[in-house]
Amino acid sequence: MTPADPSQAVLSATGLRKTFARLTAVDGVSFEVRPGEIVGLVGPNGAGKTTTINMVLGVLQPTAGQVRIAGIDLARHRSQALAHTNFAAAYAPLPGNLTVEQNLRVFGLVYGVKGLGARIDEVIAEFDLERHRRAKCGVLSSGEQTRVTLAKAMLNKPRLLLLDEPTASIDPSTARDIRARIVAFAAEARGGVLWTSHNMYEVAEVCHRVLFLAGGKVLLQGEPQQLIRDHGAANLEDLFVEVAHEQLAAGGGGGGG
Amino acid sequence: MRASGVSAVVVRQVYLLRGSPVRLLPMIAWVAIDIVLWGFITRYLNAVAGHGFNFVPALLGAVLLWDFLSRVMQGVTTAFFEDVWSRNFLNLFATPLTISEYLTGLVTTGVSTSLLGLMAMLALATGVFGLSFLAYGAAIAPFILVLFLTGIALGILGSAIVLRFGPASEWLIWPIPSVISPFVGVFYPLSVLPHWMQAIARGLPPSYVFEGMRAIVAGHGAPMGQLAMAAGLAGLYLAGACLVFAGVFRYAIRTGLIARYSAESVG
Repeated sequence: MTPADPSQAVLSATGLRKTFARLTAVDGVSFEVRPGEIVGLVGPNGAGKTTTINMVLGVLQPTAGQVRIAGIDLARHRSQALAHTNFAAAYAPLPGNLTVEQNLRVFGLVYGVKGLGARIDEVIAEFDLERHRRAKCGVLSSGEQTRVTLAKAMLNKPRLLLLDEPTASIDPSTARDIRARIVAFAAEARGGVLWTSHNMYEVAEVCHRVLFLAGGKVLLQGEPQQLIRDHGAANLEDLFVEVAHEQLAAGGGGGGG
Repeated sequence: MRASGVSAVVVRQVYLLRGSPVRLLPMIAWVAIDIVLWGFITRYLNAVAGHGFNFVPALLGAVLLWDFLSRVMQGVTTAFFEDVWSRNFLNLFATPLTISEYLTGLVTTGVSTSLLGLMAMLALATGVFGLSFLAYGAAIAPFILVLFLTGIALGILGSAIVLRFGPASEWLIWPIPSVISPFVGVFYPLSVLPHWMQAIARGLPPSYVFEGMRAIVAGHGAPMGQLAMAAGLAGLYLAGACLVFAGVFRYAIRTGLIARYSAESVG
């Protein structure tokens, strides 16, 4: 196991490939996320974004390729590697039958957070959850649940934060607030963020770099404004639509989720 | 294995029990009903059979020990089902939590909750119907050990089956103790079974507990050698169940089952 080095990439994915029977969901995807960097993973439905995220999270074994988190090989040292990560996804709310504080305590223990009581107080204050501290998560609004999930994701001060559509189905004001907190996390804590979203304005606003995924492959990557200029598009959304249509016309309808 | 990982699984169950005391009810109520029902049956049998045979340690003791095994198994599976019901696998397994930490947490929870049920059963059986574990002498220790190990092994195996085949297969798990009970001779000696059932019974550790219990009641003393073998067999089954769970987990990671675990998607 390579010791964690603060200057190295917090995530290094090399030649990731995932095949389900005859379907190739992800096909040779390689990228890095560096400390303090927010990388957007975008693409049409079925492009392979969630499949890629799941492989990075260790809940899906790649058919080929390697994932290194903070220099640690995920396949060989799963527990040590995942100790440096955390995640939030719209489709993975915390158990609704526990209170906000109980969920944070359980997941704080899962991640082995030191000084857990004080850290819970910090994230509760940071995500404005004090009045919901003793409310069961199941009774909270979707925006509040998203804030709880993000508070959980920040509990262990991860070096790599994975966000799968964190602002899906929440109002614009809450979404803006959440974006600001994640940008602050990357800037201040020097954490790397891998962010999937269908909201191209959001991606253009917060991401330092974007990977366009379609048919399980990285079609384009670069700094958002540079990509827009290079392709003569009006904005990132137009570029996204153009790339997705080209991919569809070429018969690469996509693979994974 | 990290203590914090194990305690996370246990603390979650403690919060669930504390937040909804209704969860405590099945641990106590059903076993209490069983003890009351069989307590009166044994009292009636003692009355009609005269003074030759005491049905309390033979029948009521058997019910108590069998319910105990069932409770241990259900304690483990129910703790696992809580994660199934709340679709918590992605949250739990995309973390540093290891399978050994998770299983140890489930087993700790299952053993603790089943001890609650055992205390309730003992209080009723002893207080109302005069059953005393002292009647079994020192053999009670291997009895409890064998049933503990077997119950835990069944609980982990049941959890592995549900992890593999999805939430709907939960209904295959609840009846497992009932399916096994005819083979292990809870209420009758193994000698009354046909040969093929006896062959299966010899591979099931609880058979030795119930045969031992009847030997003690008949005044023959406890077959400690056989009970030691049964404990070893139960230990092997427990190790096997852990291996099966770990194998299913690896399968679930390979196929993406963990990431898309729900009643609709698991095939």
